[in-house]
Amino acid sequence: MSAIIALDLTEPYGFEFFRNGVLVAVIAGALSGLLGVFVVLRGMSYIGHGLSHAVFGGAAASAVMGFNYFIGAGLWGIASGVLIGRIARKRLIGADAAIGVVTTASFALGLALLNRYGQAQRSIEAVLFGSVLGVKTIDIVAVAVVGLLALGVIVVGYRRFLFSTFDPDVAEVTGVRVSWMEAALMIMLSLTILVTMRVIGTLLISALLVIPAATARMLTNRFARMLWISPVIGASAAFVGMNLAYHTDTSASAMIILVGAAAFTLVYFGLGVRGRRRVAALGHL
Amino acid sequence: MKLHPVDSDALVTCHHVTCAYGEAVVVSDVSFSLDAGDFAGIVGPSGSGKTTLLKAILGAVTPVHGDITMRDDARLGYVPQVESVDWNFPVTVLEVITMTRGRKKWWPRITEAERVEAEEVLDRLGLGGLGGRHIRELSGGQQQRVFVARALFHRPDILVLDEPTSGVDVRTRHEVLHLLADLHEQGMTVLLTTHDLNGLAAHLPRLVCLNKEIIADGTPREVLVPDVLERLYGAPMHVLEHGGMPVVLDHANEAVVRQFGGRAG
Repeated sequence: MSAIIALDLTEPYGFEFFRNGVLVAVIAGALSGLLGVFVVLRGMSYIGHGLSHAVFGGAAASAVMGFNYFIGAGLWGIASGVLIGRIARKRLIGADAAIGVVTTASFALGLALLNRYGQAQRSIEAVLFGSVLGVKTIDIVAVAVVGLLALGVIVVGYRRFLFSTFDPDVAEVTGVRVSWMEAALMIMLSLTILVTMRVIGTLLISALLVIPAATARMLTNRFARMLWISPVIGASAAFVGMNLAYHTDTSASAMIILVGAAAFTLVYFGLGVRGRRRVAALGHL
Repeated sequence: MKLHPVDSDALVTCHHVTCAYGEAVVVSDVSFSLDAGDFAGIVGPSGSGKTTLLKAILGAVTPVHGDITMRDDARLGYVPQVESVDWNFPVTVLEVITMTRGRKKWWPRITEAERVEAEEVLDRLGLGGLGGRHIRELSGGQQQRVFVARALFHRPDILVLDEPTSGVDVRTRHEVLHLLADLHEQGMTVLLTTHDLNGLAAHLPRLVCLNKEIIADGTPREVLVPDVLERLYGAPMHVLEHGGMPVVLDHANEAVVRQFGGRAG
């Protein structure tokens, strides 16, 4: 009991690795929350999941071949993202099946490469579950740059993103280049996964793309509000999750997702059936 | 039956337009024009190419043959089928209306001038004061009008509607018909597709009957006749008159035809 009371909440901030980890996690949470709005409203949660698996293949391949992680995995991720976007848009051959094949094949390739040529066990665990210990200055810079880029692109293209998400057919005939907007979104999504993967890990990044946005959706009926509520939830979950992980000696990414899931559950039951109906949320959840 | 000559000074002109998806031709050698102030409906059975022709006019489908010309500065305002709308999407009426003006805007906020203009459009359509509502909180007729309002906010020369009465109740159908008649009265050019012969098409000033190719083009009294309808739908149909307007009945309504008489197919 006395141990709990004596808990020093500021203690982890004495370590540089933790300060860096919190900073990256909070920016990553906000960024995932922002892009997650589009992921949830377009009903493409599986794309986030698939994309993170595809990026894993790129990360493994670049590690084995001695490429820079950001360049190798980044190019691989962007190519997969654009490809997935095109497949999903055409809806010719069951997009979910096609994406399942492409991304899990990429994941399997990464796994095989790391087994055969890499320092398998350590690398795989770090990529699958992320590691705050490994956060370097380049990670902070990368996640901050992608965060600012995503914010800028979404502010500037706000109405076009809204129009092409809500009503792509009419947006197209009204002069919005819907395929460009989708490509921009997929590139931002790939970059987000790329820069957050080292902290959050491949397996749990897709949850961070879905949980804050789904929670925000239950709290508002307005798209513009969702765009700031969701990043706030993502950043808060990351901050609380990181601190809890330190004090309970558990995985940071797992704790971040658990805090997010707890917030979702709280809002879901807190609103009750009437509240959920009022915000018309059920169609997207 | 009558076929309108193609008018080169028209707002929209289709010259021998053929559209196909792969090998399958869905619109074949269609020529017709739409003048400013026209109020026309494209009618035909399912799969007759109505929506494809509309999409070709909107620029979303490229004809494999022929061409579609539009008067230089003509703008189109498109109203999709309400059945295609995601009513759970988190947008208010005002957000729906203003989303059409995004191409030249570098800051997302709705400006005061836009708000005033949007309110004017809403008032004009009987939706005054509903700008802050979520789209699912409206009645069927109001929901349809929101999408007409969005098209009008785009300041169109032609209002293009795809099946505006599909999936709506009778009351909403009346509201839509009156709204379009009012807009036409105010000078708007209207082009729509419909499969609703009695509820909508019979009330329009001009009908283009399409089944891959144009079968007839004229007023309802001219084209809603057994000969044209049989060629359009591939089955004999009856036409009665009620209140000076044609009422189309298929063979399932044989008893009604026997009781009231009609122009037999």
